Amino acid sequence: MKKKKSVVTRYNRWGYIFLIPFAVVFVTFQLIPLCTTIYNSFFENYMSGLRKVGPNFIGLKNYAKLLTEGDLGKYFCNTMIMWILGFVPQIILSLLLSAWFTNPQLRLKGQRFFKTVIYLPNLIMAAAFSMLFFTLFSKGGPVNSILVAVGVFKEPYDFMAHIGSVRGLVGFMNCLMWFGNTTILLMAGMMGIPDSLYEAAEVDGATPGQIFWKVTMPLLKPIFVYVLVTSLIGGLQMFDVPQILTNGSGDPMRTSMTLIMYLNKHLFSKNFGMAGALSVLLLILTGFLSAIVFQVTAKDEVQ
Amino acid sequence: MKKRMMALVSMALAGAMILPMAAMAGETEAAAAAADEGKVLNIEVWNEEFKSRITDHYPGYEKTDDTHGKIGDVTVNWIITPNDDNAYQNNLDTVLPGNADASADDKVDMFLIEADYAKKYIDADANVAMPLKDLGITSDDLSKQYKYTQDVVTDANGDLRGTSWQACSAGLIYNRAAAKEVLGTDDPAEVQKAVADWDTYNETAKKMADAGYLMQSTVNDTYRVYSNNVSGPWVQDGKVVIDDNIKKWVDDSKAQVDAKETTTAELWSDDWSKGFYPEGKVFCYFGPAWLINFSMKADDEKSIAAQGGWGLVNGPQGFFWGGTWICAAQGTDNPSLVKDIMLKMTTDDDIMKEIAQKDSDCVNNKEVLKALASDDSGSNKVLGGQNPYQMLADGAEKVDMSNISIYDQGCNEEFQKAMKNYFDGNASYDDALAQFKSAIVEKYPELTTD
Repeated sequence: MKKKKSVVTRYNRWGYIFLIPFAVVFVTFQLIPLCTTIYNSFFENYMSGLRKVGPNFIGLKNYAKLLTEGDLGKYFCNTMIMWILGFVPQIILSLLLSAWFTNPQLRLKGQRFFKTVIYLPNLIMAAAFSMLFFTLFSKGGPVNSILVAVGVFKEPYDFMAHIGSVRGLVGFMNCLMWFGNTTILLMAGMMGIPDSLYEAAEVDGATPGQIFWKVTMPLLKPIFVYVLVTSLIGGLQMFDVPQILTNGSGDPMRTSMTLIMYLNKHLFSKNFGMAGALSVLLLILTGFLSAIVFQVTAKDEVQ
Repeated sequence: MKKRMMALVSMALAGAMILPMAAMAGETEAAAAAADEGKVLNIEVWNEEFKSRITDHYPGYEKTDDTHGKIGDVTVNWIITPNDDNAYQNNLDTVLPGNADASADDKVDMFLIEADYAKKYIDADANVAMPLKDLGITSDDLSKQYKYTQDVVTDANGDLRGTSWQACSAGLIYNRAAAKEVLGTDDPAEVQKAVADWDTYNETAKKMADAGYLMQSTVNDTYRVYSNNVSGPWVQDGKVVIDDNIKKWVDDSKAQVDAKETTTAELWSDDWSKGFYPEGKVFCYFGPAWLINFSMKADDEKSIAAQGGWGLVNGPQGFFWGGTWICAAQGTDNPSLVKDIMLKMTTDDDIMKEIAQKDSDCVNNKEVLKALASDDSGSNKVLGGQNPYQMLADGAEKVDMSNISIYDQGCNEEFQKAMKNYFDGNASYDDALAQFKSAIVEKYPELTTD
C-alpha cells in the first residue's frame, strides 16, 4: 500500500518539475512586479531632477488624486472610442473573410496566398507602422498630395490636427494590423463546425444568410467571446500606435490619449506612486470589463 | 586547555579586526594612486560630435576604434547613449549619483550636457558635476568666453560646473530671393529694418503672405527667440509662471496662423524643412551657425543653401540655440586629464580657431571670433559669401540666460505642444493652458500651477 503511493507521488513529481520554468518566470516577472506595483501605489515616490522625493506612505492619496484631479474618465473614453473604431470594422471584415474562406461551396483559389497577405501587417512593429502612417498622412505627405491633385481637397488637410482624423487613423491602423489575426482565429472556429450541420441546413432549404446567422454564429460563440475579450484587453492597453502617431502628446487636446499613454506620462518623473495607482485601477477596470463581457455573451450557455 | 582556547579565540578576534583594516588601507592607497592617473577615461555623450572634435583637435589623441581611443597610456572610452526618449538623461541619472563608489575603470570622468537640462546636472545639491575651481580652472582661464555660456552652467552658489567650446548665438536666416521680390532688396542692413522688432516683423509677415510666402516655416521657429528673452524663470516659488514674452509668442503666433502666414508643423519635420528649397516658399528660419552649415540641405544642389541663397541678420531679439557643455563628473579618477581637455578644447585660441575653420562651429572665444569676422576665410557659402561672425559675436554678447531653471526643458516642450491645439483651432487659449498645466504636474509632481 505504502509503496504504491510513493510510485504515484514519484510520477507526479515530474508534473511539478515541468511546471518549474513557468512558475519561476511567472513569479519573477509577473507576480512580484504585480505585488510591488500595488505596494508602490500607496507611496509618494518620485524624482525631481536628480533629487529623490519619498518614498513616503500616503495611503490612498494617489488614488484620490487620480480620480479627482486627472482626466481619467476622458482617457478611458478615448481608449474605448478608438478601440471600437478599430474593432467593429475589424470583426465585420474578419467574419466575412473567414466565412468566405471556409465556405466549401465557394472553393476560393489562392487561399493560402491571401491568408498570408492579410496576416502580414501584424508582422510589422506597431511603432514602425504608426511612423509610416504619420509620414503618409502628414500635411506635406503623399496622401495629401494625391488628394489635392485629384481635387478632393483644395489645400492639404492637416490630419494630425483634427479629432476625427487622428482617432480614425488609430482605429484604421489597429483594424489593419489585427484583422488578419482575427480572421485566422475565426476560421479555426468555423472549421471546427461539423459539415453535416451545413448539409442538413442546405437540405432544409436554408439561405446562405440563414446558415450564417443560425448555424455558424451560435456555434462560433466560444471563439467569438475569446476574440472579443482578448481584443478588449488589448484595446485597453492601446499605446504604441497613438503614442507614435501623435508624438506622445495625444493631440488634439489629448483626445487621442489612451490610459497607458497617460501612465507613460508619469514615468518622466519616475513617479512610481501615481503610475502604480493608475496601473491598479487599470487592473480592476480590465477585470470588471472582462467579467461583463463574459456575463453578457455566456448568458445562454449558463442557462 | 581552557586558557589556550581563550588565547586562540582572542587571537582570532584580534585578527578579524586587524585584517579588514589592512585591507582597507590597501584600498585607500589604490584609490589615491588612481586619482593621479586613472587608466580609463570614460566620457558620456549622446552623439559623435565631441568625439570627432577630440579626434581632430586634441593633441595626442589616437583613435583605436569607433568607440575607443588613447591619450598617452590612458584609454578613452566613449559611451554613446542617444537622446531619444530621454534615454541619455535616464542613463546619467543612473550612473552619476553613485559615481564616486564605482570601480576605477567604470567611473564616469566626463559627461556632456545641453542647455535645456543643464541646471539639473550642475545643481549644487545634486553635486554630480565638479565645480571647475576644484579642478584648478580659474575665471582668468575662461575670460574669453561669452557670459551666457557660463550663466547656463553656474550653480546657485555662483560656482561654474561646466564649460563649452561653442557659442551658439543665432539669428534670422532669410531667403534672399524672397527678400528681393517682396522687400526690394536682399541687403542684410535693409532686411534687418523689416524684422527689427516683433511689430515690424508681423507687418512684413503680411507682405510675405500676400506674395505667397510663409513668413517662417512654423510657430515653433520663433519660440526660442521669445523664450530666451523672458523677464523671469518658468518656476517661481514652486509655482509655474507664464512670462509676458511667452504670452506674446502665443498671441503673435495665433494671429500668424490664422492669417496663414505660418504653420504649426513640428521642428525637424518634413513640413518644416520644405522651405529649404525654393518651391517651399518660406521667407525665414531662425538658427545658429550649425543650422546654416549642417541642416539646410546644402549638399543637395536643388536647395537654396547650395545656391548660396540665404542671408543672416540679427532679427527681432537675440537668442541662442544648442551648444554642448563639458562637465567633469564628481568622483572622476582623471581630474588632471579632464582639466587639460577642458582647457585645451574651450580656451586654447589655436585649437578653437582650428575648430571654427574645420568644423564651422561658432566658437566660444571672443578673440577668435573677432579675428574670423575681419578675415575672408570667415565668409560662408550658404549665406552667399556673407561673413556671419561679427553678427554671431554681437549676438552672443546679448544673450541673457540668467532666467534658466531646471524645469525649462519640460516647460518649453509641453507649452509648445499644448499651444498647438490653440493655434489649430481645437481649443481656446484657456483650455490649452489647462492642458499645459496638467502636463507639467505630471512631469514635475512637486510644482503647483494655480
